[in-house]
Amino acid sequence: MLDKIQGKVYVLGDDIDTDQIIPAHYLTFNPAVPEERRMFGVYALSGVPLAQAGLPEGQRPFVPEGGAPGEYRIVVAGKNFGCGSSREHAPLALDEAGVEAVIAESYARIFFRNSVNGGYLIPYETPTRLVDEIRTGDEVELDVRANRLTNRTTGKSYELSPLGDILPILEAGDVFAYARASGMLA
Amino acid sequence: MAMTMTEKILARAAGRDAVRPGDNIWVNVDVLMTHDVCGPGTIGVFQQHFGKDARVWDPEKVVIIPDHYIFTADEKARRNVGILREFVAQQGIRHFYDVGTDRYKGVCHVALPEGGHTRPGEVLFGTDSHTCTAGAFGEFATGIGNTDAGFVMGTGKLWVKVPETMRFIFEGELPPYLMAKDLILQVIGDIGVDGATYRAMEFAGDGVYSLNIEERMTLCNMVIEAGGKNGVIAPDQVTLDYLRARTDKPFTVVTNDPGATFHSERVYDVAKLEPVVAKPHSPDNRALARELSEVRLDRAYIGSCTGGKITDFIAAARILKGRQVAIDTFIVPATTEVAKGLVRERVEGQTLAEIFRDAGCKLGQPSCAACLGGPADTFGRLNEPLKCISTTNRNFPGRMGHKEGQVFLASPLTAAASAVTGRITDPREML
Repeated sequence: MLDKIQGKVYVLGDDIDTDQIIPAHYLTFNPAVPEERRMFGVYALSGVPLAQAGLPEGQRPFVPEGGAPGEYRIVVAGKNFGCGSSREHAPLALDEAGVEAVIAESYARIFFRNSVNGGYLIPYETPTRLVDEIRTGDEVELDVRANRLTNRTTGKSYELSPLGDILPILEAGDVFAYARASGMLA
Repeated sequence: MAMTMTEKILARAAGRDAVRPGDNIWVNVDVLMTHDVCGPGTIGVFQQHFGKDARVWDPEKVVIIPDHYIFTADEKARRNVGILREFVAQQGIRHFYDVGTDRYKGVCHVALPEGGHTRPGEVLFGTDSHTCTAGAFGEFATGIGNTDAGFVMGTGKLWVKVPETMRFIFEGELPPYLMAKDLILQVIGDIGVDGATYRAMEFAGDGVYSLNIEERMTLCNMVIEAGGKNGVIAPDQVTLDYLRARTDKPFTVVTNDPGATFHSERVYDVAKLEPVVAKPHSPDNRALARELSEVRLDRAYIGSCTGGKITDFIAAARILKGRQVAIDTFIVPATTEVAKGLVRERVEGQTLAEIFRDAGCKLGQPSCAACLGGPADTFGRLNEPLKCISTTNRNFPGRMGHKEGQVFLASPLTAAASAVTGRITDPREML
């Protein structure tokens, strides 16, 4: 797990469901095949309606025309991020697109689990509604050890909720590494 | 310590005397289900971590049901079913319902109980969020991702956090114009799409126990639309009669302990409820059907795990008998068993299939079909920005195909009545 993540942020609203993160017709790609796995990054967030794509203005492509990875390393969103289907292709797509962490007010639980157990990204929770504070394209720094997000564009800093139960799994890398470290798996 | 049904099932699966909400525990898995969309990725994870020639922990406990992208010319979709076929042969997995054979069933959540794979007191994980449907049989059932499923394939275990339980009590028998879909859309509208996140949702009351097993499945199917981890209904004689015909494996019925602690309890007087619709683009965007009569529609869709069972089609046929649809209306049975029911079950002397054909509906083959869009040649898919009333479970942007499509979720009665008028219609106008 990275201690510090720096880069551009992409901002989304509430209830971003997995169909918006990766539309169902791309699920025929097999993530176990490397060249197909990369395609999930190319189509990441392609189901988000244009007006809501990259708030506050919208109409901001998440991944450039040429393909993944894109320029955004952190996604900031509202409540219930990742609701809907159990498709692990959703956190995988964000990972393939270059995202290291999502910071949302709350998560749907399967997306949250998949993010952690698959080792794709850090799903941080924020007690502050950052969607109204941070703009797509802002430069931010996420200090994972201090649970702190700093917006370098505005100079403002925000405390995030501690990672709690999932920290040992994130530190191990994924659920397999965690199970090995805890003696669950040989 | 008094425990809820869900806590007791998880405690047993963890080999513990007791668990409390919030506990992180490792549970032994009774059944793992996967399908054509998540199976190839799951197999990839399993082989990556346990080896190319590794064996699944118990081939009797793995159930593989291709159902999503079946009747399509899409090469990758067909290739994915081929990956399942190869894996099943390599592993000696018996419970495989292959496409193009007489074992083929269709939508996994309806196929699981039909195949005898749902049993009270057990723990079922599936690589599909609507795995929660099986809670209707009094078991713990929830959706997981490929990594978790790959882990289960190798170990037969998974960690879970024990959820608190929210109770929803429906008092009174359902009037003929209401269905389980109205009840669950009512609940989701009340608590919101994240109102049950991380929690179990238990359904009880004589309203629930007056429902047949398929309707109970519809209730549990959509707990995920409120963020719920699992839905659960304590088994009764109706459940046991259904199971007796389908499984001879022993099981233990689990119920709430007296004095168990719940997160909350909501009580509904069924007689006061009305047919409802969830408007685009969220399952909690509820309105009364009768208040939406100005909404003109382009299409109706009756199908899926939540709205394509025989009870759903009997309900639709009660409306469509002797009437004509005014808009394109797609009928998609969830499984081959439901499809057989369409030519067997009758309403006023006519088979359901005859009623639907006479009404001008289009009949498709059993699969998930357009519920989640899928490849462009999928039966019933919204390839244009149409307004569709649908008995499915999700109406997110782009869910049924086109990004600007608008999906209104409703019961089969409401969907059928709306198909006849071409606008959203309260079924009481036609019953």
